[in-house]
Amino acid sequence: MLQFEAWKKTLVILVAALGTIYAAPNLIPGDREGAGILPGQKINLGLDLQGGSHLLLRVDMDVVVEERLEGIAETIRQEFRERKIRFSGLDVRGAQVRVSLRNADDAAGAREVFQEFSRFVDIVDEGGEYRIEYSEPGLVALQTSTIEQSMEIIRRRIDPDGTKEPVIQRQGSDRILVQLPGVDDPEEIKRLLGRTAKLTFQLVDTSITGAEAKSRGRVPPGTVLLPGDDDDGQFYVVEKRVMVSGELLETAQASFDQNNQPAVSFTLNAEGAKKFGRVTGANIGRPFAIVLDGKVVSAPTIQSQIFGNGQITGSFSVAETNELSLILRAGALPAPLIVMEERSIGPGLGADSVAAGQIAAIVGLLLVIVFMILSYGLFGLLADIALAVNVVLILGALSAIQATLTLPGIAGIVLTMGMAVDANVLVFERIREELRRGRNVMAAIEGGYRRAISTIIDSNLTTLFAALFLYVFGSGPIKGFAVTLSIGIATSLFTAVMVTRMLIIIWLERKRPRELVL
Amino acid sequence: MRLKLVPSETKIDFLRLRMPALGFSGLLVAASIAMFAVIGLNLGIDFRGGILIEARNSQGPADIAGVRSDLGKLGLGDISLQGFGSETDVLVRVQRQDGDEAAQIAAIERITSTLGANYEIRRTEFVGPTVGAELAEKGVLAVVCALLAIMVYIWFRFEWQFSIAAIMALAHDVLSTIGLFALTSFEFNLATVAAILTIAGYSINDTVVVFDRVRENLRRYKSYDQRAILNMSLNETLSRTVMTSVTTGLALLAIVLFGGAVLRDFALAMMWGVLIGTYSSVFVAVGMLGFFDLKKSFDEDDDPGAVTDED
Repeated sequence: MLQFEAWKKTLVILVAALGTIYAAPNLIPGDREGAGILPGQKINLGLDLQGGSHLLLRVDMDVVVEERLEGIAETIRQEFRERKIRFSGLDVRGAQVRVSLRNADDAAGAREVFQEFSRFVDIVDEGGEYRIEYSEPGLVALQTSTIEQSMEIIRRRIDPDGTKEPVIQRQGSDRILVQLPGVDDPEEIKRLLGRTAKLTFQLVDTSITGAEAKSRGRVPPGTVLLPGDDDDGQFYVVEKRVMVSGELLETAQASFDQNNQPAVSFTLNAEGAKKFGRVTGANIGRPFAIVLDGKVVSAPTIQSQIFGNGQITGSFSVAETNELSLILRAGALPAPLIVMEERSIGPGLGADSVAAGQIAAIVGLLLVIVFMILSYGLFGLLADIALAVNVVLILGALSAIQATLTLPGIAGIVLTMGMAVDANVLVFERIREELRRGRNVMAAIEGGYRRAISTIIDSNLTTLFAALFLYVFGSGPIKGFAVTLSIGIATSLFTAVMVTRMLIIIWLERKRPRELVL
Repeated sequence: MRLKLVPSETKIDFLRLRMPALGFSGLLVAASIAMFAVIGLNLGIDFRGGILIEARNSQGPADIAGVRSDLGKLGLGDISLQGFGSETDVLVRVQRQDGDEAAQIAAIERITSTLGANYEIRRTEFVGPTVGAELAEKGVLAVVCALLAIMVYIWFRFEWQFSIAAIMALAHDVLSTIGLFALTSFEFNLATVAAILTIAGYSINDTVVVFDRVRENLRRYKSYDQRAILNMSLNETLSRTVMTSVTTGLALLAIVLFGGAVLRDFALAMMWGVLIGTYSSVFVAVGMLGFFDLKKSFDEDDDPGAVTDED
C-alpha cells in the first residue's frame, strides 16, 4: 500500500524548515550579516553582482632571480677583495653568476666564500671558472617567499585599513589572484599594484656627468647609469652601493615642500636613521639620488647630516603623492606584478544584474507554475508547491554553505526551475500510463513512482556529471553556475521525490478518491 | 480541462523517419564542421585575449559614431562597438595589443580617458594572451572530459550500444551548436562553453529517459520486434519529452526577456540546445540504436535488477 512513513514526513518538514531559516536573511534588507536571531548569513554575491575587481597577477620571477644574482655577485666582489683573491670576468649572464680565479691556489678561499650561498645555489667548477646558479629547491623556496611577501604587500596596498575583505590567493606556481569587492575605479588598483616601489638612496658619482657617461656608453666601476623620473632625457651616474633602502622606512605621508609643491615626507626607523646619519655626515656637499623603481626622482645635495626625517620632492600631483606615500608605507613589492587577466564590474552594472536576475527568476517561476497547473491540475499545483520549496532550499543551501552567487548562477537557478519539474513530469506521465491501463488510483500512483524512480536518478546523475566538469574546469562566474546547477539538481531530486510524494499521499488519505483525472 | 500538448496515446512511426532524419543530421554536422573550418568562430576575448569595456553615457543615448571616431584615433587596431542592452550603453571591444601585458593595461587607460567623464565605466575585462590560451585549453578539456564521462556512465548503466548511440547524439548536439555559432558569428566565450556543457547535460538527460524506457520494454516485451519496441518507447515518453522541453523553454524565455543583456546570449544558446537536444534524443540516439541488434544482448540478459512486469 501507498504510505509515507512518519520519519520521512519529519525529514521533509525538517529540511524545509532548515532551508527556510537559512534562506530568510536574504529577505531582510541591509548588510550581509543576517538578522540577530537567524543563524545564517545572506547569500555571498559574486563580483559580477556586487561590483568589484578580479585581477590575476603574475609575479615576475626573472627580475627577482636576476636581482638576487646581482646581490650574490656583489658579495663575491667584496669578499674576494677582502681576502685578496684575484679574479676576473665577474658577471651576471642569463641566470648565472660567472667568475674566474686568476690563481688556482685561491680555490679553497673562493669555496669558503661560496659556502654562504650553497644552500640555494648550484656551483659548477670548471677548472677555476665558476658558474653559480639557483638550484631547483632554491628556486622554489625563493618563489614561495616572493609570492607570500607579494601577497602581504598587495593586501597592505589595496586594503590599508583592513575593511574591504579582499580575496588574495596564490594560484599555481607564480600567480596571485586578487578579488576586491565594491570598487569604483579599477584603474586605481592597477596603479597601486603597478609599481614595485623599491626606494633607495644612493650617492651620485660626480667624477663624470650623466650625459658624458651616456655618450661614452661606459660608467666607472661600481656605479650605474640611471634615467631621471621625468623622461626628459636626463641621466645620473650613481653608486651601486645603497645608502638606505625603503625597508628601513618607518612611515611616509603626503605633504608639501617649502615651495608648496606636493611632496612625500618620510621617517626612517632607528636603524635607518643611524645608517643615513652616518653616510650623510661623511658626504656633506655631495649629491645623493632618491631612486624609485630604477629611476632618479630627485638628486639633492647633502647640506647637513640627515637622520630620521626627509622629504621626496619631484614633479608630483597631490593624488600622486597620496598614492606614492600609501605604496611606500605598504612596502616594496619583491618583484614586479604583471596583470594577466582583469574583470572589473562597476557597482551600477552589478545592481542592474541582480534586479534583472530577480525579475527573470520570478517570471520563469510563474510561467512554469501556470503551465504545470494547466497541464496536470491539482497534481500540477502540488508539484508547484514542491518547486517553491525547491527554490527556498536552493537559496537556503547557497546561504548556508556561503557559496558565491554569480550572474550565470542566477541563470542556473532559473534553468533548474524548468528542469526541476522534470522528475514530477516523469512520475505524472507514468501515472497517466498506469491509469490508461486500467489500474485503480492507488495502484497507478504507486506504480508511477516505482517505475519512474530509476529513470529520475539516472537522468539527474548524468546532468550532475556535466555540472561537475563545469565546476572543475570553469573559472569565476562559470563555477558559480556549476554550483547552483548542482545544488539545484540535488534539491529538485529531493523535492520531486519526497515533497510531491508526501503531498500526494496526504491528499489520497484525506480524499480517498475513487477516480483520478490527470 | 487539461492542456495537453501531446495526445494521450500516439502511434507515430518514428523509425520510419529515421533514415531521412539521420541523413539530415549527418548533413547538419558536416555543414557545422565546414562552417567551423571556413568561417571559424567569433572568439571572444576570453579565448583570444583582448579588452572589453562596457560604458554608459550618463548624459543620454550613447554616441556610438562619435565614440568610434574618437577611439579610432588612438591607433589601437581593430575596435568594435555595439549598443548593449539600453541605448545609453556601448560595448567596446579592442583586439589584443602588440607587446606584453603592460601594453594592454596602458590601452585600457587610454580608452577610459578618451571616453571621458560623461561615460560611466560599467565593466572592464581584459584577458592576456597567456590566460586566453589556457582558458581555451580548459574549455576544450571540459567538453571532451564531460562527454567521455557521460559515455562511460551510460556504458556502465546500460549496454555498450546505448553508450555509442548516446555519444553520437551528444556529439551531434555539440557540433551543431558550434556550427550555429560559426554561422551567426555570435561571440563564442566562456559562457558559451558553459552553455554547451549544459546543453550536453540536458540532451543526455532526455536521452537517458528514452533509453530507460527502451531497456524496460526490451525486457518486458521479448516477443516484439526491435523496431516496434523502439517506436513504442518513443511514443510512451513523447508527452514527457515535450512537457520538459516546454517547462525548460519557458524558464529560458524568462531569462531571454528579463535577464539582461549579459545573460541573453547564454539563454538563447540554451534554447537552441533544448531544441536540438530534444530532437537528437528522439532521432539520433534512438535512430542509432536501431542499427544494433539489441534483442540479442537482452535475450541473454538475466540481470536480477531487471524491471519485470509482475502484475
